Amino acid sequence: MSASELKMVPSRDGFGRGLVKLGKENKDVVVLSADLTDSTRAAWFKKEFPDRFFGLGVAEQDMFGTAAGMALMGKIPFACTFGVFASGRAWDQIRVSIAYMNANVKIAGTHGGISVGPDGATHQALEEISLMRILPKMTVVVPCDAIEAQKATLEAAKIKGPVYLRLGRAPMPVITKEEDFFRIGKANILRDGKDLTIFACGQMVYESMLACDILEKEGVKARLINMHTPKPIDRDTIIKAAHETGAFVSVEEHTIAGGLGSAIAEVAAQAHSVPMKMVGIQNKFGVSGEPEELFEYFGLTPKKIVIAAKEVLRMKK
Amino acid sequence: MEKRPDIIYLQKKAIEIRKDILNMLTLAGSGHTGGSLSIVEILVSLYYYKLKNDPVNPSWPGRDRFLLSKGHACPALYAVLAHKGYFPRDMLWTLRKLGSPLQGHPQLGLAGVEISSGSLGQGLSIANGIALAARLDGLGIRVYCLLGDGETNEGQVWEAAMTASHYKLDNLCAIVDYNKLQIDGFCCEVKDPGDLKHKWESFGWSVLKVDGHDLQALMDSYDCAEKIKGRPTVIIADTVKGKGVSFIENKVEWHGIAPKKEECEKALQELDEALRKLA
Repeated sequence: MSASELKMVPSRDGFGRGLVKLGKENKDVVVLSADLTDSTRAAWFKKEFPDRFFGLGVAEQDMFGTAAGMALMGKIPFACTFGVFASGRAWDQIRVSIAYMNANVKIAGTHGGISVGPDGATHQALEEISLMRILPKMTVVVPCDAIEAQKATLEAAKIKGPVYLRLGRAPMPVITKEEDFFRIGKANILRDGKDLTIFACGQMVYESMLACDILEKEGVKARLINMHTPKPIDRDTIIKAAHETGAFVSVEEHTIAGGLGSAIAEVAAQAHSVPMKMVGIQNKFGVSGEPEELFEYFGLTPKKIVIAAKEVLRMKK
Repeated sequence: MEKRPDIIYLQKKAIEIRKDILNMLTLAGSGHTGGSLSIVEILVSLYYYKLKNDPVNPSWPGRDRFLLSKGHACPALYAVLAHKGYFPRDMLWTLRKLGSPLQGHPQLGLAGVEISSGSLGQGLSIANGIALAARLDGLGIRVYCLLGDGETNEGQVWEAAMTASHYKLDNLCAIVDYNKLQIDGFCCEVKDPGDLKHKWESFGWSVLKVDGHDLQALMDSYDCAEKIKGRPTVIIADTVKGKGVSFIENKVEWHGIAPKKEECEKALQELDEALRKLA
């Protein structure tokens, strides 16, 4: 399966479609945006339901507080901005006004990761999984494609409490189908194998599929798990994989400090420790470039995943 | 217009609340004395006159909302809520103790508390959200949000001020406890707020200035604010930090400390004397 055979759609588009669907189904769904209405796809909801759309200007802290107030009144607000401005700039507002109150606010952080591309470091969110998952009450979801993003959006509305959705700007391969099972908190095993387990989220699920193809040609059977929910993490699936495969690789378009890999390691280290390598951003800020160039630059490629897999296999012996 | 309660009754209530605040803080051994004492009349006039509320059914959807954005002044809010019957007055003596719902800064879950607060600058945005949602649902409630003057150092306050005027939230009334002191000293020396009236006006708000310890004037200002349509109103309440206790009034060092036992007794004597004068 190569990228040329797959449809390329940004995950934010799936979110935008999900919002419109929710708007039709539930009149309590409202959408807020901090001046990034087109970019976040909040505009698609605004067009259909202008009375339930609220622009807050370039004021993320105010937007999340406003969303919290609406949630206290029984609304289901989706507050939309870029991931950096959501998870970083408004972190204390999310902590106190949303998570501490368990306010039913859904946070849509688009433009996650280096695949933002030419805008560079200030706009490439590499820390959201860490920043959000350390907050009590918070759920964090990183869909692997546009179809999963739409499902995650619909599922998020069913959860009572705050949810952070990490979405991407750039077109990415559509690797799941409408009929595929998806539930927040339940990891999806995409390929079975006994030699090692590769955990991935977001676009790295696709890159990991390619890595599995390479490994298979070399006689290595890797289990591939789409870990779309870094929090609450699917402990059972991790522990089972630790027992059955005995070696882990995590792959994320995100800093390895506190991200998906850390979340998995926290479970494994306390339940059934196995050798592990983390593929992700290594203590660096992003840089400008095209998404494909940046994946190469930061080592988020099937080739690097294969190298990590071989290292854990050696460590396992 | 609603019938106003007897003013002597309210004045007595304010003194009783002050006494409870001092006892609570003394028992707790820590907390914010000055900024709690400065907002007593603001709360008494709201809770005993203006707010549509029901202590027996605190989550009644048709209630007016009061949001304490300056969360550190929660001893005053807790005392007023207890006097109103939201929870037993005995609970006041558990302030800041392990297991008490009377947290050092307010936490959602205690009857009558509408928001968790304590990290300054966040309440007005939440108030906007409540006011917008109420309007969307055609709910004729009013939303009140009390801020500190030092709190207006926070940029988010002004983001929220812009939002409220942009959306013409005339169901919203902000109140600034203008006691002129913050933890590091006089507001004008820490970071001069300048002319607060002009600042709020330039953000599109109607501004009322009032003596924040004059119960009658406060009630007038709430009624006046309700009549102003097409924009939000802020009441700048001129107050004295530490009001009611001679040795606490206007003393910056009383921002974030609780009275010691002897200090509390001395303060209670002063307040009892004030009560006797009223009788």
